[in-house]
Amino acid sequence: MATILIVDDSTSMRQMVGHTLKAAGYSVAEAVDGVEALKIAKSEKFNLVLSDVNMPNMDGITLIKELRGLPAYKFIPMLMLTTESVSSKKMEGKKAGATGWLVKPFNPEQLLGTIKKVLG
Amino acid sequence: MTIDMQQFHQTFFEESFEGLNDMERELLNFEAGNGDSDAINTIFRAAHSIKGGSATFGFSEVAEFTHRMETLLDEIRDGKRDMTSQAANLLLKSVDELRAMLTAMSDHEDIDTAEVLHLQQQFDLLLQGDEPSQAGDKGVDVSADVEQESAAGTGWKITFSPHPHMLGTGNEPLRMFRELGSLGELTVSVDHSKLPSFDELIAEECYLAWTLSVVGDIPLVSVEDVFDWVTDDCDLTITALSDDSVVREDGHEETHDSTTDEKLALVGNPAEEKRSGGERRSPLERRKPSSAEASSIRVSTEKIDELVNMVGELVITQSMLNQMNEEERAEGDDEKFKDGLAQLARNTRELQESVMRIRMLPISFTFNRFPRMVHDLSIKLNKKIELKTSGEQTELDKTVMEKIGDPLVHLVRNSLDHGIELPEVRLKAGKPETGVVHINAYHKGGNIIIEITDDGAGLRKDKILKKAIEQGLVGKDEVMSEEKIHDLIFHPGFSTADVVSDVSGRGVGMDVVRRNIKDLGGAIEVTSKEGVGSTFSIRLPLTLAILDGQLVRVGSETYIIPLISIVESLQARPEALSSVAGRAEVYKLRDEYLSIVRLHEIFGLEPKHTNLCDGLLVVVEGEGRNVGLFVDDLLGQQQVVIKSLETNYKRVEGVSGATILGDGTVALILDVSGLIDFSRHGSMSAVA
Repeated sequence: MATILIVDDSTSMRQMVGHTLKAAGYSVAEAVDGVEALKIAKSEKFNLVLSDVNMPNMDGITLIKELRGLPAYKFIPMLMLTTESVSSKKMEGKKAGATGWLVKPFNPEQLLGTIKKVLG
Repeated sequence: MTIDMQQFHQTFFEESFEGLNDMERELLNFEAGNGDSDAINTIFRAAHSIKGGSATFGFSEVAEFTHRMETLLDEIRDGKRDMTSQAANLLLKSVDELRAMLTAMSDHEDIDTAEVLHLQQQFDLLLQGDEPSQAGDKGVDVSADVEQESAAGTGWKITFSPHPHMLGTGNEPLRMFRELGSLGELTVSVDHSKLPSFDELIAEECYLAWTLSVVGDIPLVSVEDVFDWVTDDCDLTITALSDDSVVREDGHEETHDSTTDEKLALVGNPAEEKRSGGERRSPLERRKPSSAEASSIRVSTEKIDELVNMVGELVITQSMLNQMNEEERAEGDDEKFKDGLAQLARNTRELQESVMRIRMLPISFTFNRFPRMVHDLSIKLNKKIELKTSGEQTELDKTVMEKIGDPLVHLVRNSLDHGIELPEVRLKAGKPETGVVHINAYHKGGNIIIEITDDGAGLRKDKILKKAIEQGLVGKDEVMSEEKIHDLIFHPGFSTADVVSDVSGRGVGMDVVRRNIKDLGGAIEVTSKEGVGSTFSIRLPLTLAILDGQLVRVGSETYIIPLISIVESLQARPEALSSVAGRAEVYKLRDEYLSIVRLHEIFGLEPKHTNLCDGLLVVVEGEGRNVGLFVDDLLGQQQVVIKSLETNYKRVEGVSGATILGDGTVALILDVSGLIDFSRHGSMSAVA
């Protein structure tokens, strides 16, 4: 089964996303910010990265840029969890190499729908 | 699949309250002129997380409210607007309001919509009022682009030619086609004309282009959604198929609905906004302690690891002892057995300490509320006050911390109100205009010490003494040490404030503060110098679960006296004993008369000694008074684990709890304050 890395500084969001994905049978790893995510991503291989944008230490856009630079993550789908109010961030994220985005708020069904879209 | 979102609510509330504390702290830094871009980012992130979470978990009022905060903060972050004191104050009020809203929600109560609307209007005014014209998109408008355009019953022709780098964004044409295929009947033709010769081919680039047609009653947005992420990474045209080329196919409309829902979720429900609450209360008053005392606790993984490790050690020791029990006894086994027991004792002690540490939190959780309080009160009092805190990382038990919060607030308020003088008074006295209140915490022995120091006016001895004599607390000609006079302020009903102020002196006196601290097994003292300032020093046990006790024997029973309340123990001299009115016995200790409480009488026991000079007097202190407890003998001192009598049996006067001693017998822990009350009134109901 596909493995997914969730990056979000909000515990409740991580719990919700993590719980939903695990219930759907994915295996999940969690990180609280870009720095931790980068460390985990280098030690394990993931099929998908889901990252929040606004985080302390390293934000989601920098994380995606860093990950895209790694050979192992060159073609791996990476989705940003974002809100509409930062539409400029979507473009910034795309430029950094994000595959797409998932607009908050989303419910578990929408989350799984989007995941299916990229993991096929 | 259905996921119960309620299970995440508690976490959401907890992290939101933490976020609000962060916001408050950083906003106050701004007020003090110490704000920077890091601070703005922290504030923004907190508002952003609360907004995202509340929208996700279905708290639309909170989401809408924080959206306005976020818009303002976004403009400040982008440098389009300054953090004016007006903005900071509005944000601070919003922090209070959000706290109230979240508290209400976690308690399943209605929120005060009137205040919410009021603040929202202020945000709207501020946002529209001056310069930045609609900076950032407002996010809540359901724009026209979701109109119900559908190629009614026909389908769509799509030309799709990805830019060479598209694969590098993780977008895979195959998956997109599969998604299109789920919308309707799909036909695909590929254009490979751009494919270079094998030598020039770069495997990571995309050279192919496709023409696709998808047939069915499909809304345009559903098709657009498929390509939503790659609009900038490809050339794309979507045109309606002409009617004649189509076979009709039904039932693929759902996708569209879900996307509109998601956009609508942020738009507040106007009907709900209308049901406004009754009278307006200030958010601070609505902040209820019940939910502020969160029922769960966050523990660092480090502490947990330590515990796991410790349990492992314990298991090893246990198996070692077990093995020794099974094997044939041999020479030297006693020694090994002793070693094993010693190891077990060490493991147990370490395990106990680790478990205790789980409940320990840094006192910063309590200190956090003071910057805001000092900020608000100094405005109200027209004083200039700087707050310093130190020792925020000092840890203490969560329960103790929750209970010490209110007494601390009271003391800090007192320091601000009565301690620090008005700026002009300070200048006249040759002091700097700005007064300093310093809150410090540190560990000392098995206790935590919290000190509140101000460089204000100090306690006025003459005034205190005069008042005390007026109230009959002190005899006219009594000679009292400075210490004793200062201590009078903790006497019930004592107040020297000339005017009952709005800030302190609401009828809750220092006596209540002392009693609350006593209830926690702690003590409070004051040292003060007129014109220089005062220091209130609080000593608290680190935990309520364990107590340092003095074991005493009365008849055949063992009792425990909390060590903290013992002043001294002595053997009575006959000449110092006397009895008042033939009954109440007193003992003259230096210049003081102590009432004597015979424990054997209270507990109805047959004592070893009835003559006061044969046993021992343990002088204990409580409620500002000393009494002598008459016991047969002093035994050892040890830490005891407190077991509640109320939960296991029923409340017994004169006894605060029980514990189990090493030999398995139960010993009662004496309630010193209760015994002192007894000596005062000479009666005690229902003594077991």
